[in-house]
Amino acid sequence: MSDGVGLGRFGDFGGQYAPETLMPALLALEAAFDDAWDDPKFRDRFSSILTSYVGRPTPLHPASRLSELLGVNVLLKREDLAHTGAHKINNALGQGLLAQRMGKTRLIAETGAGQHGVASATAAAYLGLECQVFMGAKDIERQALNVYRMELLGTEVIPVTTGASTLKDAVSAAFREWVSRPEDTHYVIGSVVGPHPFPYMVREFQKVIGEEALSQLEGDLPDIIAACVGGGSNAIGIFHPFFDTDVELVGVEAAGLGTDTDKHGASIGMGTHGVLHGSMTYMLQDKDGQVLEAHSISAGLDYPGVGPEHAWYADIGRATYESVTDAEALEAVKLLSEVEGIIPALESAHVIAWVSKHRDRLKGKTVLVNLSGRGDKDVAQIKDMGL
Amino acid sequence: MSRGRLDDLFSTVRSEGRLAFMPYLTAGLPSPADSPSLFEAMEGADAFEVGIPYSDPLMDGQTVMAGGHIALEAGTTLQAALGVVSRVKESTGKPIVVMTYVNVVLATGAERFAWEAAAAGADAVIMADIPLEEALPLKPIMEKEGLGVVLFAAPTTPDDRLDRIAEEDPVFIYGVADLGVTGERSSGNRLGIELAGRVRSRTRAPLVMGVGLSRKEQIAELKGAADGAIIGSAIVRRVLEADSLTAAQTELRRYTAEIAEACR
Repeated sequence: MSDGVGLGRFGDFGGQYAPETLMPALLALEAAFDDAWDDPKFRDRFSSILTSYVGRPTPLHPASRLSELLGVNVLLKREDLAHTGAHKINNALGQGLLAQRMGKTRLIAETGAGQHGVASATAAAYLGLECQVFMGAKDIERQALNVYRMELLGTEVIPVTTGASTLKDAVSAAFREWVSRPEDTHYVIGSVVGPHPFPYMVREFQKVIGEEALSQLEGDLPDIIAACVGGGSNAIGIFHPFFDTDVELVGVEAAGLGTDTDKHGASIGMGTHGVLHGSMTYMLQDKDGQVLEAHSISAGLDYPGVGPEHAWYADIGRATYESVTDAEALEAVKLLSEVEGIIPALESAHVIAWVSKHRDRLKGKTVLVNLSGRGDKDVAQIKDMGL
Repeated sequence: MSRGRLDDLFSTVRSEGRLAFMPYLTAGLPSPADSPSLFEAMEGADAFEVGIPYSDPLMDGQTVMAGGHIALEAGTTLQAALGVVSRVKESTGKPIVVMTYVNVVLATGAERFAWEAAAAGADAVIMADIPLEEALPLKPIMEKEGLGVVLFAAPTTPDDRLDRIAEEDPVFIYGVADLGVTGERSSGNRLGIELAGRVRSRTRAPLVMGVGLSRKEQIAELKGAADGAIIGSAIVRRVLEADSLTAAQTELRRYTAEIAEACR
């Protein structure tokens, strides 16, 4: 039951809303993933790469000065310490290994903040595969460092100039490219979004975060687990292994300039049912079903949809989804940097901001925060904003 | 206002040994008010595929995307697009297939969408971003209002899927003539002809080829292999490139006459 997977659905959400040209590729991917995931040799190889190359398990760090300051016992799951600087590498390597097992020679990926692009470029270099990454022109501008990292890793970065030139448009462009070359190419989708089997498969590759945390906690479970949610892969990765526990799960979405404006990325909080990028989910749209542009200071949360499993968690009340603004997230970057010596990614800073904002309500409780990525990539942007 | 009109068209073209020519154009391009005149200019058409513009058209290339963007900017809501359908139906009397993306249907509500599209004069509906599996729950809802549902077959579709698609008795099978999104190609028809042959050997369902078609030589090659041809990007491009509405009408009249000739 905790899987929630039946015919690619999580309750009413998910599904396979993809052009017919892609269906054989999706069906083949589903079969190949099931086969690989049942194969101990594949699992062992994945696991040993996560250890020797990615540096897993990532530490569970008690943030003592922050805890003292806020009056909330904060534990940090340090995904920012994973190779390439975020949790994205778990999924990119998993899908890269699978693509290679399927005989594909070329990876394509989309990226928002650039972390998934860097992770895919890294996986491609590690596995000896060709790689192209689609990235919104606006994101290329605000994440120049990651663009250069991808190029250094031998990947071609392709600017996407349609729509608002951000993550949504990059996902659409990558899908279009996959429709053109489904036979030798695997689309390494970067989050728990897209048509089945992607949301399920990406969760399986990311649930290592929660499994590690569960074992590191040694039975002493926190009151709350909180994680930022754009598409939602780091959040589902840490939530999933705790599904059947009493731990409260909180997803933090981007409120941008405020959920009372039209400049935010709160797809669950403010969205409605619809189909975006292959699955039924909550999304930001107008009454005719036209997709609205999201907004967030953080490129990784600047997305008008959300993974279907989160939509389902929200519907059944297993998790709650709240949001914090750009300004609150920026403050939290400063807070964590100064108090703990950790510069968080703008995405992950949303969770720190949520804890700080609700410190009275959370007083004395233990909150496990998934610190999904490090802030190196954001430093130039933050500096320009005069923090 | 029923698939019967398309059924009739396909039996006519079969008896005449030619292809049905079904040009695609986005509704509301360049504006909802001027849009119907462009359809009317395409005198060589046997039926029209009228696009309801969508913000994130996954199956469309740069040209149709650009056209859709202009139409949306010009205020082409679903109501405005169906207004275009209604006017084109009234002035030409030709069968109309509305093409859209599934989220437009779901956001409106499938029942309401079907009722409104049928009331506007549509004969069938194409939802470009869903496969057989997700189309099946929507099909009876459309058919209840007399709308035919078009199902896709792609070069990548294996034979057993082709059989399942044919079994659903679509108003026609949209044969995806090439891999990739919509757009003009310099490449040949190999994948399209091969697909048409596979479809033909398995079903008598009408087969209309589209994606990547624009040249009369490509169209002529499809004769005998399929029942119809859809051309979209080459038409949208001509509208985008025209200096004036009159110039666009003149060019569409000329171009569609040339393609209609190749269909014979």
